[in-house]
Amino acid sequence: MRPILMKGHERPLTFLKYNREGDLLFSCAKDHTPTVWFADDGERLGTYRGHNGAVWSCDVSRDSMMLITASADQTAKLWNVQTGAQLFTFNFDSPARSVDLSVGDNLAVITTDPFMAFTSAIHVKRIASDSSEQIGDSVLVLKGPQGRINRAVWGPLNRTIISAGEDSIIRRWDTETGKLLQESEPEVGHKKQITSLTKSADCSHFITGSLDKSAKLWDIRDLSLIKTYLTERPVNAVTMSPLLDHVVLGGGQDASAVTTTDHRAGKFEAKFFDKILQEEIGGVKGHFGPINALAFNPDGKSFSSGGEDGYVRLHHFDPDYFSIKI
Amino acid sequence: MAEVMVIKDVEALAAEWGIDTSQLDYDSIELPRGEDFGIISDDEDVYQEEQLDSDTGFGNVIVVDNLPVVPLEKFEKLEGVVRKIYSQIGVIKEDGLWMPVDSKTNKTLGYCFIEYNTPQEAELAKEKTNGYRLDKSHFFAVNMFDDFDRFMRVPDEWVAPEIKPYVPGENLQQWLTDEKARDQFVIRAGTDTEVFWNDARHLKPDPVYKRAFWTEGYVQWSPLGTYLATVHRQGAAVWGGAETFNRLMRYAHPQVKLIDFSPGEKYLVTYSSHEPSNPRDANRVIINIFDVRTGKVMRDFKGSADEFAIGGAGGVTGVSWPVFRWGGGKDDKYFAKLGKNMISVYETETFSLIDKKSMKIENVMDFTWSPADPIFALFVPELGGGNQPARVSLVQIPGKQELRQKNLFSVSDCKMYWQSCGEYLAVKVDRYTKTKKSTYTGFELFRIKERDIPIEVLELENKNDKIIAFAWEPKGHRFAVIHGDGPRPDVSFYSMKTAQHSGRVSKLTTLKGKQANALFWSPSGHYVILAGMKGFNGQLEFYNVDELETMATAEHFMATDVEWDPTGRYVATAVTSVHHEMENGFNIWSFNGKLLYRTLKDHFFQYQWRPRPPSFLSAEKEEEVAKNLKKYSKKYEAEDQDVSLQLSEQDREKRRLLKSEWEQWVNRWKQMHEEEKLERQNLRDGEASDEEEEYEAKEVEVEEVLDVSEEVVSFEYGQ
Repeated sequence: MRPILMKGHERPLTFLKYNREGDLLFSCAKDHTPTVWFADDGERLGTYRGHNGAVWSCDVSRDSMMLITASADQTAKLWNVQTGAQLFTFNFDSPARSVDLSVGDNLAVITTDPFMAFTSAIHVKRIASDSSEQIGDSVLVLKGPQGRINRAVWGPLNRTIISAGEDSIIRRWDTETGKLLQESEPEVGHKKQITSLTKSADCSHFITGSLDKSAKLWDIRDLSLIKTYLTERPVNAVTMSPLLDHVVLGGGQDASAVTTTDHRAGKFEAKFFDKILQEEIGGVKGHFGPINALAFNPDGKSFSSGGEDGYVRLHHFDPDYFSIKI
Repeated sequence: MAEVMVIKDVEALAAEWGIDTSQLDYDSIELPRGEDFGIISDDEDVYQEEQLDSDTGFGNVIVVDNLPVVPLEKFEKLEGVVRKIYSQIGVIKEDGLWMPVDSKTNKTLGYCFIEYNTPQEAELAKEKTNGYRLDKSHFFAVNMFDDFDRFMRVPDEWVAPEIKPYVPGENLQQWLTDEKARDQFVIRAGTDTEVFWNDARHLKPDPVYKRAFWTEGYVQWSPLGTYLATVHRQGAAVWGGAETFNRLMRYAHPQVKLIDFSPGEKYLVTYSSHEPSNPRDANRVIINIFDVRTGKVMRDFKGSADEFAIGGAGGVTGVSWPVFRWGGGKDDKYFAKLGKNMISVYETETFSLIDKKSMKIENVMDFTWSPADPIFALFVPELGGGNQPARVSLVQIPGKQELRQKNLFSVSDCKMYWQSCGEYLAVKVDRYTKTKKSTYTGFELFRIKERDIPIEVLELENKNDKIIAFAWEPKGHRFAVIHGDGPRPDVSFYSMKTAQHSGRVSKLTTLKGKQANALFWSPSGHYVILAGMKGFNGQLEFYNVDELETMATAEHFMATDVEWDPTGRYVATAVTSVHHEMENGFNIWSFNGKLLYRTLKDHFFQYQWRPRPPSFLSAEKEEEVAKNLKKYSKKYEAEDQDVSLQLSEQDREKRRLLKSEWEQWVNRWKQMHEEEKLERQNLRDGEASDEEEEYEAKEVEVEEVLDVSEEVVSFEYGQ
């Protein structure tokens, strides 16, 4: 089917997130306003105004009532999804990079960038069920990794946090004690910066994308490498189909080199791989800049991609997609 | 192997001493200088060779002998003379000139020592002034100080050299006996150099040998494929062997930059260029010619870069490589060098000039050898403002007779193209138009093998077309020309034979408006790739010249190199990192343009097929094979079938395995997931979660009253 082009952002996209039901799509971009769309027809529902910097990441609660966003303006904000009202602001000393809500939505893990004298850190905040009782204190602060932490997510039962970032090592932390439990093996791991990390729907495994032109699938419990997907371009975004054994890799040549070469050189394609066989199945072209964000609808019947070009492209799969055999 | 043992020993020792080796940074350990703890380095013998040269540290000192013996009064005068002579060549170090005096006679001893800043200067001084005539009875004898040791060590009595028993060497052409008749190629990517089989049946390269830091420059196959040459700081080396790649021979040549094999791979020419001490001087060039098998230097040439930088494209500074062009077919009999107003032809029996003198040819610009015969073609431009015409001549060696000559008028430039068997020579002539403001191009076609060497003139239909590329069909009688002015040039094919009249050139066809700027003929002829490199981004058109039809068009985006395998069955196209850092790697195609497989490599530098020696089949036999190809190919078709069956079976097996592995993993996870179900529910305040709950889609109809309004509707009864 023809993709739906959603032009609502003025700057490159940074992150996409579906709510649990898959009817809403939240998009974050380097302009300051996260936007919510109808995931079916791409109609714009509204924006969340209040940030004063690029918004890097967001997450939405299970009941689709509350949105949390992390921004370069050194804050993370809680929003009422329905009204767009700001509920609370967490203030940090450096830009907030990623955010992820725990199972049960009462904890959030937020990563902050290294900035001036501050090193990068992973903050755990308690999210009050009633926003009037919300406080800004951190339950836990994890420090240690060098360079930016591009993503941190909750492990099974909120017992662990998985983080990955510029130093290309994946770490598993204990949320009770704040101890570093494990680091990924450097021999099998990524060779360059990890740009994205996405959990599977059942939280059993996760996939990481890296500038070393590969994506890797890991066991969330012991950080053992399960699969590797090789591509020709730096990978900026990864996601997995909840329905079929497919993974999608998005990326493309560095934005700064785009103008120097033919548009075909960029390879701004979302590449589909067979999750198990690690073979490329196909690609979806369309963006004219690198793909920065990818998200699968929880029903597995559509996915959306956000690019450096400022567009969100919403793809509903044709019926024959579901009968691909290799 | 040795390393593993050493590490083990170290660990054992460390455990004894209570040192934790895992905390140890091996790289930070420094051994005392000159101590190797008995670990033999691979390059040990190279170092030893080097040490011989610099043992004394007097590499920059020369000894000048045969000076006049003078009393003290004349000492200063003589020293002045010597200093004057030698300071012209290089900078003599302060107190670098020492002329010893006999304390008994108070006279000089007839020799002196001179120390330069660099060994290169010393070398140059030795070369330039050895045999210098100071006066009637004094001819300088100049030697390197370091050489004295060597001279002294020459035993006084002749000892018969030991005759070593004959050891049969390994078969250096083992690769030709590959059962699957595959070809090899070498690639260089990053620091690794790798040799592969091109396994087209399995659609992948099959590794043969890999080595990191194999070369410090580039690698090059010898023309018949026997050796792989590597370039290093200390010199060049060749590798080969039956099973793997062993070092067969080394050729010491410090700072070697370029190498070149003779066509029969008997000799290796190495080249290096050195910065002069005086920046005004040209670079110093050293060229050595080695015997490939024995490793002996057969001849060396030294001099300033100017002497070697003649000809080529209109006085561009620098040497046009190869300096020495090999001729005379595969026998490696002759090689020649273009000089100022001359061509120097050497023969390899004595490695000296033929007839002891160079051929004087006023103003000669360029020459090229026939690939098959000891004949070369040379080009002399117009002289005296057009009074003396330009000419192209064919000269036979060793007699130096002129076989044929053609005078040409108002010529701006000439380029000579030999057909691979030396049967034809095409000379592309750029002529000025009458106004002299522009040029147009024509071809002079020589038929070398025919009596009196007839010449035919060929002009393009549109005389103003620029010639973009020209190429002969290997072993054939056809050639292709890309010509045109616009962005999409035309490609024309010509044959040296015409159906009715065998002695005339005829046009076969012209293809209009092609995206091509380079021609790559299959080594066996018949097929040609019209390639659009650079500006055309790597367009490829596989063209069958027999049928005059396009077999396939394809694109290898940004391709920088196109290379046919030596049999003409496969083509490799590569994107090397020289121009383009992205998409580096190579594609392998079948001759008819089907993409077989592609390999991506970052920092990809070089792709080269291993050449094959010429076939032993006679031309008639080859023709016969081509005619009855069906008969011969049956066997191979069956083999291909087997392989593909086997392959798909393996593939299926592999997939099954992967799938079952995954199943296992997922099941294990599901079990754990089930166990944790309750805990998860608790985290969600008792809300049923995840897949367990699988929300059902219920259709609920909701009717909402939006608005109620009352209206009076007029109604008429009784109608």
